[in-house]
Amino acid sequence: MTEAPTTDQSPIAAMASDGSKTKPTMPPATAQSTALQVRDVHVSLAGRPVLTGVNLHVSRGELVGLIGPNGAGKTTLLRTVLGLLQPTSGQVEVEGRAVRPGRVPIGYVPQRHEFAWDFPISVATTVMTGLTGRLGLFRRSQISDWEAVADALERVKLADLADRPVGQLSGGQRQRVLVARALALRPTVLLLDEPFTGLDMPTQDLLADLFQALAHEGRAVLMTTHDILSALDGCDRIALINRKIVAAGDTTELSSDPQAWMDAFEVGPESALMRVLKAA
Amino acid sequence: MSPLDFLTDLFNPDLAFLPKALMVAIMSSLVCGVVGCHVVLRGMAFIGDAVAHAVFPGLAVAFVISGNLVIGGTVAGVLTAILVAIFSQNRRIKEDSVIGVFFVAAFALGIVIISQAPGYAGSLQQFLFGSITGIPTSDLYVVGVTGLVVLAVLLALHKEFVTVSLDRESARALGVRVFWLDLVLYILITLAVVISVQTIGNILVLALLISPAATARLLTDRLGVMMVLAPLIGGLSALIGVYISWSWDLPTGGTIVLVLTAAFLLAWFFAPRQGVLSRVLNRSWRRLDPESGPMPATTTTPEPVAEVAS
Repeated sequence: MTEAPTTDQSPIAAMASDGSKTKPTMPPATAQSTALQVRDVHVSLAGRPVLTGVNLHVSRGELVGLIGPNGAGKTTLLRTVLGLLQPTSGQVEVEGRAVRPGRVPIGYVPQRHEFAWDFPISVATTVMTGLTGRLGLFRRSQISDWEAVADALERVKLADLADRPVGQLSGGQRQRVLVARALALRPTVLLLDEPFTGLDMPTQDLLADLFQALAHEGRAVLMTTHDILSALDGCDRIALINRKIVAAGDTTELSSDPQAWMDAFEVGPESALMRVLKAA
Repeated sequence: MSPLDFLTDLFNPDLAFLPKALMVAIMSSLVCGVVGCHVVLRGMAFIGDAVAHAVFPGLAVAFVISGNLVIGGTVAGVLTAILVAIFSQNRRIKEDSVIGVFFVAAFALGIVIISQAPGYAGSLQQFLFGSITGIPTSDLYVVGVTGLVVLAVLLALHKEFVTVSLDRESARALGVRVFWLDLVLYILITLAVVISVQTIGNILVLALLISPAATARLLTDRLGVMMVLAPLIGGLSALIGVYISWSWDLPTGGTIVLVLTAAFLLAWFFAPRQGVLSRVLNRSWRRLDPESGPMPATTTTPEPVAEVAS
């Protein structure tokens, strides 16, 4: 609790220190350094193995799509990366450090239905709650924290709705609020859980552009999705998961590897999924 | 009875119990109003009900051994809250079932205990429905200090409570201690209930927690405004309730609750933007003038166009 807020930003500060004095909002995109490393992670829920030896890495500057069928362990993997689940074996490292909730710079964007949208709260205050853990008990938000909130809102283009109650926002705007809340911590790693679910096409497109931009500014972005077309279109790399990573690689490479998709989704060559892949 | 007569009675030394009862009723309504905002916004009304029942065995024990009612009720409420929190960790039964088991058990225990006291029926009725007589002066201080402590803790942990209410999983990911905050909130609800039970009674106390906060929610979309409005509505209703019950010789607890309910219904119909009346008016306005769009409060602004930063 006594930890100064700046120490959480040490990896960013260290990168910024070589030469140009950049704002710590975005780490420089030059280095393709691995920000998130998952090594041979096994996780069991209620005695049932859900993840069996997951290996995955996400570098700064790339948007990685995590794709797999229901029950493949996508959300379990995200929760493990956040430190909310303890792996039975293996390690998760963010910026070379073991994860502990509130102690590593991860931004988490949950599925939209996880959030209480009927709560009487403004957009800006919602984004400020993204800093609750870092501020610590009994500390009030400082001017610098409101600046972080303003930057985050600016980044997702919601600055003009800062005072709007969250209940009055559209689906796409709600997704942006959740992204802004995650960005308030100025994280190097961003986790997105099913951000496209229930959104129409132009809204999905705009969000996909935003996620790409966030990644290419120097963040490591990992996104779970059921939307294979958006993933093929927008992600730099794709990881196919079914209890473990079945295949991972550049999007163009992987989209021409039908066997990997058939293995991950346990479908035959005649399935609709394979026809869509071929058409794409 | 005119308000002036009521004022005279309040300062009549022979009726010293009346100002004491009024002060306890108002103070407890203020505290319940603020705590109730969290209860209403989290959809915890059932938990509020549970805690209200759970304090009963503690009150009964304190009554039988002539101990302090506030301490007795708090101990029982907190013990039940801890039991519920622990048993809810089992994923096979949902929290509401665990609460259903323990709060009825606690209430049953209270009835068995209080049946051991002489004059059982009278004291039971007093506990269940409240009474304005027989409040010792020391209780004024106990209620006041307890209320201030509850409000101070709510203020100190405000951002944590809000963060957890919005989204528990993200709160955990941010390193917020969700389990402990839940427990603290249970304890605060317990304290608010315990200081209110004497005047309004064990069964009716739920209304003090829920009605003012629900009424305030109908009137505003701002949490800060809601947390000021709710205690104001609660306190004012307590004052009016005590006045009416004194004037017409009606049971105090029941009268306060009916005043609260009236306030809720008024807000339901006449709230500025969300009320039934303004919606009906708004609809007929639109029928008269098809050019005008819907009310600003119900529209969503169009998606701003996002550009890819180069």
